[in-house]
Amino acid sequence: MSFISLMGALEIGLIFALVALGVLISFRILNFPDLTADGSFPLGGAVAATLISGGHDPWLSCAIAAVAGAMSGWVTAWLNVRLNILQLLASILVMIALYSINLRIMGAPNVPLLGEATVFTPFIGEGGDSAYWIQPMVLVAVVIAVKLGLDAFFASQSGLALRATGANPRMARAQGISTNRYTLAGMALSNALIALGGALYVQTQGGADISMGVGTIVIGLAAVIIGETLIPSRNLWIITLATVLGAILYRLFIALALTADFIGLQAQDLNLITAVLVGFALVLPMLKAKLRRASGAK
Amino acid sequence: MNTVSRRLVLNTLAAGVLAAMTSFAQAQDMKLVSVTAIVDHPALDSARKGIEDELKALGFEAGKTMKYQYQSAQGNPATAGQIAKKFVGDKSDVIVAIATPSAQAAAASTKTIPVVFTAVTDPVAAKLAKDWKPSGTNITGVSDKLTLASQVDLILKVKPNAKNVGMVYSPGEVNSVSVAKELKAELQKRGLQLVEAAAPRTVDVAPAAKSLIGKVDVIYTSTDNNVVSTYESLVRVASDAKIPLVAADTDSVKRGASAALGMNYYDMGRQTGRIVARILKGEAPGSIAPQLGDKVSLTVNPEAAKKQGNPLPDALLKEAKEVIK
Repeated sequence: MSFISLMGALEIGLIFALVALGVLISFRILNFPDLTADGSFPLGGAVAATLISGGHDPWLSCAIAAVAGAMSGWVTAWLNVRLNILQLLASILVMIALYSINLRIMGAPNVPLLGEATVFTPFIGEGGDSAYWIQPMVLVAVVIAVKLGLDAFFASQSGLALRATGANPRMARAQGISTNRYTLAGMALSNALIALGGALYVQTQGGADISMGVGTIVIGLAAVIIGETLIPSRNLWIITLATVLGAILYRLFIALALTADFIGLQAQDLNLITAVLVGFALVLPMLKAKLRRASGAK
Repeated sequence: MNTVSRRLVLNTLAAGVLAAMTSFAQAQDMKLVSVTAIVDHPALDSARKGIEDELKALGFEAGKTMKYQYQSAQGNPATAGQIAKKFVGDKSDVIVAIATPSAQAAAASTKTIPVVFTAVTDPVAAKLAKDWKPSGTNITGVSDKLTLASQVDLILKVKPNAKNVGMVYSPGEVNSVSVAKELKAELQKRGLQLVEAAAPRTVDVAPAAKSLIGKVDVIYTSTDNNVVSTYESLVRVASDAKIPLVAADTDSVKRGASAALGMNYYDMGRQTGRIVARILKGEAPGSIAPQLGDKVSLTVNPEAAKKQGNPLPDALLKEAKEVIK
């Protein structure tokens, strides 16, 4: 694998790390199965791309994209909390609606950003040849900031209330926590992160395309599960770290699968190879434990 | 040696072997042509075959006089981005990107390596090219844009007294959306109406076609990836409802359209291959203006037309370059 390929995997991995952190909040912390990601990821991208190509400041565009994502997460939670629609169904409804909303926002199915000023432009300077490693470095800073922010939040009073809402809603309510309010807030936070990922994604990819959301939730879940399988812990700051690493590892596997043509595999086998590699990674801890037990029993 | 360090050593060795194997040293004097498509689909695959055949005819044969690799993004734009990065990291001499999302990903990944796009309907709207003149950048290619005036001429030749023209397309494909807009304007100039039916996914194509029954005299489709990949379902609806079908590419006529004035994607591939060869021989991509597919031909399918309740006029049959039996 070339260094550029590695940096490319790192770049996309870091963006999906933001998505994975959002999925972590909804699926694991709030215990709310949420498919809105397939709609809020492109929502973030659509808002950011439309604003940036309209000449607005890229950082502001990312912030507005995150707010848009927060609103979509809030709607999903509202459908569940106020209208009593099943969580999964509520998120599917919002995801479907967002397809049309995103098309409206973009005005076309594809909004190119080639040649526009992005959040990375001030760091890249002339030539643009160094973009392939500068972009990941900027993203590392962003992801570290987000992760530390989340860790601090989840250790605070409201953060703990959020965790209680997901862990044991009845007990939380008995303690006087408004689980409805925290569900709404938690879902908003989750989808804000996912939309932020989408906003950064379109700036690295050169444009927003309406199909960019397909499969986002799968990638997010895969990242969370890979992370918690490889680095199991009950400590939240390790869990968030594991999620970030899981996302990067997943994209690394894909990059690796792209180089598999040397053993006779072809382009169409890409998804199969990725699945095999990821499956192997998930089974590895179990194998390690078996080997350890076998050698310890002697 | 305890289990922790043994495992560490084994893991490192495994990673090292993997890294060594994936960076097989290859002969540095052969040029590397890297091709990617956003998705596998008959028209895009014929374009790729055209590229390969043309390069072979001009002396660049994969494995013998040139290194060649192909990766499909399996419909996933994120994967298209990683593929583009891989191609840049492999120090490709030319990157060929088939279809708009792959071309945009390639353009975003490099400003120095020549990128040749193909099967991109509107490169200017996709910001791959500023205009149709030599760009001075590293990007050039072949577009499959069709002039709509001649498309409307064909529709009127197939169904002379048509008043309402239906169009099934995916609102998620930028090429189709711009064709729909232009077609509406062109039809209005001639006093006809366009009735649109949206089909965001392949399973929506048949229901969208059914919604046009009774409202239109003829159904037109463009080079919409969604519609083309499930063209047979459209053919079935048209035969049952007796509505003639006009397509925009010759392969669809083989699959059941009455007629099409379009580009053959294989020929477009060969035209692209010629550009790639010029770049491999040393020409700068910035000095090659983006081209329109130069082979537009009329293909007709009289059998399909009869099934659709609208036998084709003899004049049209005589005009056709290819008549499907």
